[in-house]
Amino acid sequence: MTQQVHNPATGFRFALVIGAVVLVSLVLVWRAVDLHVFRKDFLQNQGDARYLRIVPISAHRGMITDRHGEPLAISTPVDSVWVQPADFSEAHQAWPKLARLLQLDLAQLQRKVLARKDREFVYLKRHISPQLAEKVMALGIPGVNLQREYQRYYPAGEVMAHVVGFTDVDDQGQEGLELAYNDWLQGVAGSQRVLKDRLGRVVRYVEQIARPEPGKDLVLSLDQRLQYLAYRELKRAVQQHKARSGSVVVLDVQTGEVLAMVNQPAYNPNNRGQFKGGQTRNRAVTDVFEPGSTVKPFTVTAALESGKFRPTSMIDTAPGRFNIGKAVVRDARNYGRISVATVIKKSSNVGASKIALALPDAALWNVFTRVGFGLTTGSGFPGEAGGLLSHARHWRDIEKATLAFGYGLSVTPLQLTRAYSGLAADGIMRPVSFLRVDEPVQGKRVMPARIARLIRPMLEAVIHDGGTGTRARVTGYSVSGKTGTVKKATAGGYSDDRYIAVFAGFAPASRPRLAMVVTINEPRGKEYYGGQVAAPVFARIMAGALRALNIPPDTAPDTSLKRVALANPVEVTP
Amino acid sequence: MSLSSQPEFADATRISAGRRILQRLHIDLPLLVGLLLLAAAGLFILYSAGDENLDLVIRQGLRLALAFAVMFVIAQLSPSTIQFWSPWLFGIGLLMLVAVLIGGEIGKGAQRWLDLGVLRFQPSEIMKLAVPMMLAWYLAEAPLPPNRVRIFIAAVILLIPTLLIAKQPDLGTALLIASASIFVLWLAGLGFRLIATVFTLFAAVTPVVWIYLLHDYQRRRVLTFLNPDIDPLGAGYHIRQSKIAIGSGGMYGKGWLNGTQSHLDFLPERSTDFIFAVFSEEFGFLGLLILLGLYLFVVWRGLYISAQAQDTFCRLLAGSITLTFFVYIFVNMGMVSGLLPVVGVPLPLLSYGGTSIVTLLAGFGILMSIQTHRKLIST
Repeated sequence: MTQQVHNPATGFRFALVIGAVVLVSLVLVWRAVDLHVFRKDFLQNQGDARYLRIVPISAHRGMITDRHGEPLAISTPVDSVWVQPADFSEAHQAWPKLARLLQLDLAQLQRKVLARKDREFVYLKRHISPQLAEKVMALGIPGVNLQREYQRYYPAGEVMAHVVGFTDVDDQGQEGLELAYNDWLQGVAGSQRVLKDRLGRVVRYVEQIARPEPGKDLVLSLDQRLQYLAYRELKRAVQQHKARSGSVVVLDVQTGEVLAMVNQPAYNPNNRGQFKGGQTRNRAVTDVFEPGSTVKPFTVTAALESGKFRPTSMIDTAPGRFNIGKAVVRDARNYGRISVATVIKKSSNVGASKIALALPDAALWNVFTRVGFGLTTGSGFPGEAGGLLSHARHWRDIEKATLAFGYGLSVTPLQLTRAYSGLAADGIMRPVSFLRVDEPVQGKRVMPARIARLIRPMLEAVIHDGGTGTRARVTGYSVSGKTGTVKKATAGGYSDDRYIAVFAGFAPASRPRLAMVVTINEPRGKEYYGGQVAAPVFARIMAGALRALNIPPDTAPDTSLKRVALANPVEVTP
Repeated sequence: MSLSSQPEFADATRISAGRRILQRLHIDLPLLVGLLLLAAAGLFILYSAGDENLDLVIRQGLRLALAFAVMFVIAQLSPSTIQFWSPWLFGIGLLMLVAVLIGGEIGKGAQRWLDLGVLRFQPSEIMKLAVPMMLAWYLAEAPLPPNRVRIFIAAVILLIPTLLIAKQPDLGTALLIASASIFVLWLAGLGFRLIATVFTLFAAVTPVVWIYLLHDYQRRRVLTFLNPDIDPLGAGYHIRQSKIAIGSGGMYGKGWLNGTQSHLDFLPERSTDFIFAVFSEEFGFLGLLILLGLYLFVVWRGLYISAQAQDTFCRLLAGSITLTFFVYIFVNMGMVSGLLPVVGVPLPLLSYGGTSIVTLLAGFGILMSIQTHRKLIST
């Protein structure tokens, strides 16, 4: 017989133990049924909510090109390197290699990572080329990850910066045409479902929900060759005259297209770190100034329209001073009795004042308003200013007189250029366009063609000997234009030593194609007259532009004219 | 004393040659098959839980091989040898526990490790077997049920190592050793009235323990267990994530290597204490039933061996080892499925981990020894 342990309770106790085991097992099974079956859906949703994510697929932003298809803004895929400090710091023997590859300072990298040891995500370097990123990942360092981003690149850099503008890190337009045409350019982001792990890394692609629609390309009206020319000449002039700022606008008078628009100071849109206040402003559109003598052609327009004056009508400007109430209007010197045409050629303030006072109250206001002063051009450029032109009702004599020679109103360089394009196109002003215009557009008549044709020879005379704008001459081409030397308004009156030098004009005078305004703000050298500072810039840009556009010369090369235009041979491509 | 006088001998002649070889090798086949199947399942799921890291699986495989070897060696010892060495093992274990408290190494905030130069291990692992062995040895010396004096001494034997381990602090192991001891006492015939008294006392002591003995993190674990939502990102995170993992497995699971919760790094400790959640997510309710079935088969075999044991020591020890094994399973599965608070108890044979597997299989070695030496030592 097997020897049994003599414990009567054992059998019973064993049964109890087995019962307990069975019971406890049933509890486990019940719990499993509860979780697996009854609460499965809830728990599955909870699980999905933890790792299934819908993420946008960024749409490729459209390209911006100039009128000939030269790229001005392109989106390129780039990668950003980021690390999880916890994993990354365990692999510090690989750090020097990585630092060398990314061209980072090793000590700095160490400090950066160690200081953020408790974080989950630290950028090491943003926006590197995909080729470099591939090399980084090939090192196989734990904790190192990539993030795909798009970087906007502006091949033309500073030259186009103000017009094209720039985008932010999220690929949204912030300034310039990038902002104005953001919707057109950005397209529609798609979306996809992905699996993400606890650290938010995408570990598996599940499905595409919506295909991204790439943005559309934008063809600008600007001509990169002209733009570069304008940029170079303006920059040189601003530096040479130690000016605060400057702008150049070139319009095609037949289509209203902006062919060039540059400002100084400029900035490099590819280098955000160096953005400074004031650099990013497209002054040609956003900044207003008192146009000074450059409005005199429009004063004369009003005079001729009224029928009271003809180009040959004589006006006595002696003795070079004119009292209106307590105020005195002065000329540079006493021009004596001169014709209306000579008022333009010599830029006589007294003459312009006398013309204005002889006209009905609304005449001047009418012409100014028609050529677009006091209203934005409707170009749609972000931040465009409209300038100021108070209503004729409020004008007193002194105000009428000063308006006649360009004080008491303000305009943007773009507005002024557009007004001149009206003169250039026989009185037809076309809408300003930053986009290439392929179909002829309907313009608006702002003055009778007859009058525009009467004024043009007056403006041509300005650059002839004895005029104020002789330095605006272009070899082989006739040029019309008007100088302006504007005293800057300061607190309590006008400054005696701060000027804006302006030249506004168009060419060729016989059949105008291009209208241009050059403004140089506060030249601080010996020269500050519009004819000295702005006119040469106008001449250089115009000479290059006319040739670049293959516009046939309209005058025989005249050795009697001073050759200023080609002081330097003009490059037509940057 | 001679074998021929035993009636079983006649049965023994009838059993097959294969079984005789196993008998000679001191291997209990059902137990071995159950354990091997569990170990295989463990390696299988570890491959998935460890992010398909084959090195991890190989390391665990080697560890298992060592543990099975230890099991075979111990199975060769006769129960009387084991019985003889029980007090010695207990004594050495106790000394080591004291040594740990004085000069042990600190890891993960607890002082559990003893570094013997070549060997670095946790003395508490030895005590998992030494305490029930000691108790079985002590209680088997006198007729059962034990009288009050012996029960008191037994209580002292059980309390000293338990408290030393709780002090490390290693609450999980302390509770396991206490429960292993209680199983010995229970099987030895501890009176119901005494049990009731102890329970009452326990209930009275609980608030004291709560306030004075428990560490902050232990208190937090219990509180989070009672309401996981109080700290969903901190202590409640484990339970939440593992419940989601289990539940989202559904009836048939997501398939091997396809568990999202675990593979996407949401589930913490997934190759060690929480491996059950990975298993449930990937093999579903059905897989869980099979796994639990395997475990219960091993438990059944252990209890069978205990019931068949021929002396008090063997019977008490075999019962205690088996039931402790079951406690492991219940505590781990209960913890992972949110029935019990988070206590660091691994799932036997499935969780990745070192010494506890060796201890566990050493225990099964004792069971095999008891079963296969049965007829030879019967008197």
